[in-house]
Formats: sequence, structure tokens, C-alpha cells
Amino acid sequence: MTPKIQLTDVHKSFGPKKVLDGITVDLPAGQSLVVIGGSGSGKSVLLKCILGLMRPETGSIKIDGEEVVGLPQRERERVLRKFGMLFQGGALFDSLTVWENVAFGLIQGQRMRRAEARERALAKLAAVGLAADVAELWPAELSGGMQKRVALARAIASEPEIIFFDEPTTGLDPIMADVINNLIVDCVKQLGATTISITHDMHSARKIADRMAMIYKGRLTWVGPAAEIDASGNPYVDQFIHGRAEGPITMELRR
Amino acid sequence: MPLVAAAGRLFLTFLAAAGRLTAFTAVAVSNAFLPPSYPRQIARQMFEIGYLSLPVVGLTAIFTGMVLALQSHTGFARFAAEGAVATVVVLSMTRELGPVLAGLMVAGRVGAAMAAEIGTMRVTEQIDALTTLSTNPYKYLIAPRLIAGLLMLPLLVLVADVIGVFGGYLIGTYKLGFNPATYISRTWEFLEPVDVFSGLVKAAVFGFLISLMGCYHGFHSKGGAQGVGAATTTAVVSASILILTFNYIITELFFAR
Ligand SMILES: Nc1ncnc2c1ncn2[C@@H]1O[C@H](COP(=O)(O)OP(=O)(O)O)[C@@H](O)[C@H]1O
Ligand SMILES: [Mg+2]
Repeated sequence: MTPKIQLTDVHKSFGPKKVLDGITVDLPAGQSLVVIGGSGSGKSVLLKCILGLMRPETGSIKIDGEEVVGLPQRERERVLRKFGMLFQGGALFDSLTVWENVAFGLIQGQRMRRAEARERALAKLAAVGLAADVAELWPAELSGGMQKRVALARAIASEPEIIFFDEPTTGLDPIMADVINNLIVDCVKQLGATTISITHDMHSARKIADRMAMIYKGRLTWVGPAAEIDASGNPYVDQFIHGRAEGPITMELRR
Repeated sequence: MPLVAAAGRLFLTFLAAAGRLTAFTAVAVSNAFLPPSYPRQIARQMFEIGYLSLPVVGLTAIFTGMVLALQSHTGFARFAAEGAVATVVVLSMTRELGPVLAGLMVAGRVGAAMAAEIGTMRVTEQIDALTTLSTNPYKYLIAPRLIAGLLMLPLLVLVADVIGVFGGYLIGTYKLGFNPATYISRTWEFLEPVDVFSGLVKAAVFGFLISLMGCYHGFHSKGGAQGVGAATTTAVVSASILILTFNYIITELFFAR
């Protein structure tokens, strides 16, 4: 069976700075991969390369066996219909109300009628635990946790086959973080979607992942089943999951 | 030859920037003509650019018309040509001051707002979010603003022309003692269609440039609030300079023999 997502030797630099330095990974359909790694290690860049928001210099990215690096605009739009993305900062459109945000992909992308799209949006908002009276508010009127939930509702509104979650729980209190984790697990199970999630919250990672990967210095130093993360035998992974300052990963501190 | 090298580098930077802007304009304009289009967005931008600019453009125009009448009256008195006041007011308004002043005021109001809005959308990843929701940001964000700028500025300038002439009329009749009927007939006497038409062409070009600068600098802003602030300033300054430059070029095309 062809993997849903297949990356081969993906490289991405910004000027002299190498951010991705040969990423290779396969993800079968229906699986959930969690990528862990320190801040600034290139996790968001990895997702943006797969989505085509950034173009890697070399390497191949295949979605359902189709090469997507360098696709022209129209083709790209077709491929992107398979995707939902929850951005790190939410990225809600602040000129649109909550329900218009959630329905955006349906109205603009799929040309659904507004009334129908609104019904769908309200259903998705309910699925993430938001009542109908939130629908008419503006994103700026919501708390951080509510914004994340609206962003989640928007990511799943078109019932995509592939969903990316970029740090879904960062900046939330532990209880709200767990609420979001459960919502993600439920939504993904219900849709049967293939997902890549990014986090540096191990609790969240354990909850969501079928497989885990750790990114360090632009490479995946370890990829394996989530259950084996504690016995990875990889010193980088061990240091990260135990949150130790001492170990092979050294923060470049200037004194 | 460090000076030559520096000049060369500066020239290359300029060429690169001009190339980027040209490419951006080409993509934006071609996207404006290809389906799908977003009539709701176009309508909203027309409202923002056209309707909401009316007060500031109207105020600018009335005072400009008034001061034109006063200045030309006192100035022309030196060679006994006070009779030309009405003609000077209407020609100055339609050919020059209507489009240029409306353009500069709208650049400050609308160009800045566009750069700030689109720049914020860029740094908060809302533009990336648009793309992942299968919506082309050039079509959804840029094209409606370019179209609205191009269409609304001529309308604003038409309004400015009328209000400016009215300002001149007020001063002419109430303060300078012209007979109202004479003033009005003098206004029409030497006015030719090309005077108004050239002003409207200028306005369309200025409107396009204002939107283009607002969108371009917003779209390429980076690095948080500071980047958005820089984009806003650059958008207004570059739009103003382009307006003054193209004002000369278009005048030359229309009137130089
Ligand atoms: N558009 C960009 N231009 C230049 N550098 C970038 C850009 N996007 C990301 N980077 C750099 O790439 C590195 C990885 O960023 P990112 O993927 O956002 O990190 P994280 O793993 O925290 O998500 C960072 O050092 C960042 O400075
Ligand atoms: Mg990130």
C-alpha cells in the first residue's frame, strides 16, 4: 500500500541556515505521527513544506503517491483540499466571525451555500464543545482556549483526510490542554484521518500518537512506535522526554 | 573603487526590488481577471475605499477650492486678471489638485490600513491559513483591493472636483464679490472634457497604485508588529512618491505638445 505521506531526503534552508537537513519518513493512512523537538528546530517549517507553503530546495514529498513539490497553483489547490491545518497561533481570520471562520473552507473552497455552510459550522463548533452563541462573536472576543477550539473546528470542518496540528496545546492551562487533546483524539478517530501533530508537551504526545519522531538539527534522530518512546535507547529522545538540561542536546547560550 | 561597487550594489538591489514588484503586480492582475472572483470582498473594499474616504476627501477639496479662489484673486489682482478666478479654480481642481490631493489623502488613509491589515494577516499566518483552505490569497485579498482602488478613486475625484469648485464659488461670491451667475458661467466657459477626463485617468492610476503599494508591502512584511509598522510606513511613502511621479507622466502624456 502506498503511504499517505512520504518524505524523502527533504532539505530546506533560509540563507546559510539549514533548517531541514534530510528528512525521510513515511506515514501510512489512518496513522497519527507526533513530531517532538525543541523550539526553532524546524517543526513548523516541516509542516509548511508538506503543505506547499514553503518550497524545499531538494527532496521529494508525496501525498497518496503523488509528487507535490513544485506543483502549479491549480494542482496545489486540489491537493490542499485533502488537508486541514491547525496553525500554531490559531491564525483565525479576525475580519470574520467565528462561524464564518469555521465555514470558510466550505464557502470559499467548496462553494457551498452560506446557509448550509453555517449549519455545518455550528455542528463542528458543537463537536469542539462551543455553543451556538459563540458563532456570532469575533475571534478577538474569545479566550486562548476557545480560539484553539475554533481553529480546531475550522481544521476539521471540511472533513479532510489529512490533518496537521501545530502545537495545539502550547500556551493553554493543563486542563484546557487535555480537553484539546481529547478533542483531537476524538475528531481524528471519527474522521479516520491521517495526522501529523507537533508538540513539545509529552503528555499530549503520548495521548495522540501512534508513532513518534524526534527532530534535532534538521534530521529525525529517532522514529518509532509511540509505545517505545521510553525505551528508545536514543540519548536525545531520553533527554527531551525527561526534560533535562544536561545531555547531548546543548542549548546555545551565550554568556 | 568602493564607491562604484556601492553604487552597483544599490542598483542591483533596486533592480531586484523592481523585479519583485513587477512579478507581484503581474500575478495579482492576472488573478483579478481569472475566476473565481469574490464580489463580497470587492464590495467591501469599495465601501472602505470609496464611501469611508468621502469625508476626508470632501474636506480637503472644499478648503483647496476656497484657498485657490483667494490666492488667485489676490495674486491676479497684480496684473488686473481677477476675472480668471473661476477658470483657475476649475482647471486646477479637475486637472491637478483634485486627483493629486485626493490621491495623497487616500494613500494616507487607505494605503496604510491595507498594509497594516494584510501585514498582520501575514505575520499571524492568516495568509497561510487562506492558502490551506484552498483560497488563493491573490484572488481573495489582493485583486479586490486593486479593483476597488481603480474604480473608486475616479468617483472620489469627481466628488472632489464638484466640492472644490463649490468652495471656490463660496469664496468668489461671498467674499470676493463676484456675481453668482457670472462666476458659474466663467467656470464652464473654458472647461473642456479633457480637463476632467485627464483627472479621472490620473485618479484611476493613483487608486491602483495606492492599493498596489498597500498590498505589496503588507504581503511581504515580516517579523511581527515592528515589521507591520515598517510596511505601513513604506506603503504610504512609496504610494505618495509614485502618485507625484505618475502625476507628472500622465500630465505630460495628455497636455505636452
Ligand atoms: N520564513 C522564514 N524565514 C526565515 N527563517 C525562518 C522562516 N521560518 C522559519 N525560519 C527559521 O527556521 C527555524 C525553524 O522554525 P520553526 O519551524 O518555526 O521552529 P519550530 O520547531 O519551533 O516550529 C527557526 O530558526 C526560524 O528562525
Ligand atoms: Mg513552530
